[in-house]
Amino acid sequence: MTVENDDTFEPLYAKGADDAKDTQAQLIDEMARISTQHEASGTVENQPRLDYAPYRSSILRHPTKDPRHTDPETIELHAPAFGQRDVHSLESDLTIQDGGEPIGERIRISGRIVDGSGRPVRNQLVEIWQANAAGRYIHKRDQHPAPIDPNFTGVGRCLTGDDGSYSFVTIKPGPYPWKNHLNAWRPAHVHFSLFGTDFTQRMITQMYFPGDPLFALDPIYQSIVDPKARDRLVATYDHDLSEHEWLLGYRWDIVLSGSNRTWTEDDSND
Amino acid sequence: MTENTERLVPTPGQTIGPFYGYALPYEGGEFLVPLSHPNAVRLQGTVYDGHGATIPDAMLEIWQADENGRVSKEPGSLKRDGYTFTGFGRVAVDNAGHYDFTTVNPGPTEAGKAPFILMTVFGRGLLNRLFTRIYLPEDTEALGNDPLLSSLSEEERSTLIAQRLEDGSLRFDVHLQGEHETVFLSYRGLE
Repeated sequence: MTVENDDTFEPLYAKGADDAKDTQAQLIDEMARISTQHEASGTVENQPRLDYAPYRSSILRHPTKDPRHTDPETIELHAPAFGQRDVHSLESDLTIQDGGEPIGERIRISGRIVDGSGRPVRNQLVEIWQANAAGRYIHKRDQHPAPIDPNFTGVGRCLTGDDGSYSFVTIKPGPYPWKNHLNAWRPAHVHFSLFGTDFTQRMITQMYFPGDPLFALDPIYQSIVDPKARDRLVATYDHDLSEHEWLLGYRWDIVLSGSNRTWTEDDSND
Repeated sequence: MTENTERLVPTPGQTIGPFYGYALPYEGGEFLVPLSHPNAVRLQGTVYDGHGATIPDAMLEIWQADENGRVSKEPGSLKRDGYTFTGFGRVAVDNAGHYDFTTVNPGPTEAGKAPFILMTVFGRGLLNRLFTRIYLPEDTEALGNDPLLSSLSEEERSTLIAQRLEDGSLRFDVHLQGEHETVFLSYRGLE
């Protein structure tokens, strides 16, 4: 049976996300070759490669030219403001959104968001989305034959506190199959969408759970070729965050790329 | 506030994946101003891959100054009231890779500067977000003095300058790869 998970659109190219012909062993070989080359190069790479062929969908979707370095202009040194009007405080609890209790392992994910100088990113928007405990998204193009949970949308939002802190209560997502290659499975993850004080800090990423056996097999995770760098996407289990007879706690701190703005007293007080 | 010189290593980005559609786009996201705004401008275009095929699963965000070049500090982008200009918009492209924003022409943030709209591109298959600028085509003198545009070849430069169509709308296509590859940006001190 073909797993119709990734996409319903027909690619025009021979090797695409929908082909799923290659084996996991071939993928592991490809990833190992890139990893060996990276180690030999001795360079530091803290971000994913955009050109990472083991993730088949990236083949025609990565720029071939290096990004052009430029000095940020005024608009780039600011970011949109979000407030109480945009986000309701209940949106940070994904377990109470649809009346009944969702099925799965109840967890809390908490952490702090800081910029490259360690300054907290205050009162800024954090958005998350994820699969349910069975590895199924509420998305019309997710056809994975796992149950939809009527009490779980998997979507949450919050604003960071004055110390840059955020916290969500949710259900631990399940891993799910996709069509990158044969028998391809994504490690369980939560998508995070983040804003900073400068729009140039805008980022979207994925948080993973410690000890996932799928890490070594997953080309999206492995597209961050430096093991230390990709480890920054893995939350830690934090027993101090766990609550008696209620939930398990995970901590994940986030560093946005450095702000280029010269901060003033006004900024730190507003 | 004392500047801390220590730089922390930034958390890596990851692809937005295929299933953001029910999570990130929101009602009114593409309307920075309502259609009824007297100076409403349509910003439209299409996102293409390296074979020139349209990409049906990209998400775009824009961030810009208002008509007077003022940077908004107003919240309310997610729950628009129809009156407040927040400067931020978000839209998922349609099945044909096409997008529409309704906004105003940004003014220059400083006298003599070339006005532009900042755009961020996310997509399945795109492992990290991309930044680019959408320059307005009119002020040729300011465009000529722009440090970024001046550093580019004529061909590269043309990927960053929107086309003004007869109906007043702006057209700006995004080519992730290929012959017409859009110039994407990185910023000093940022990755």
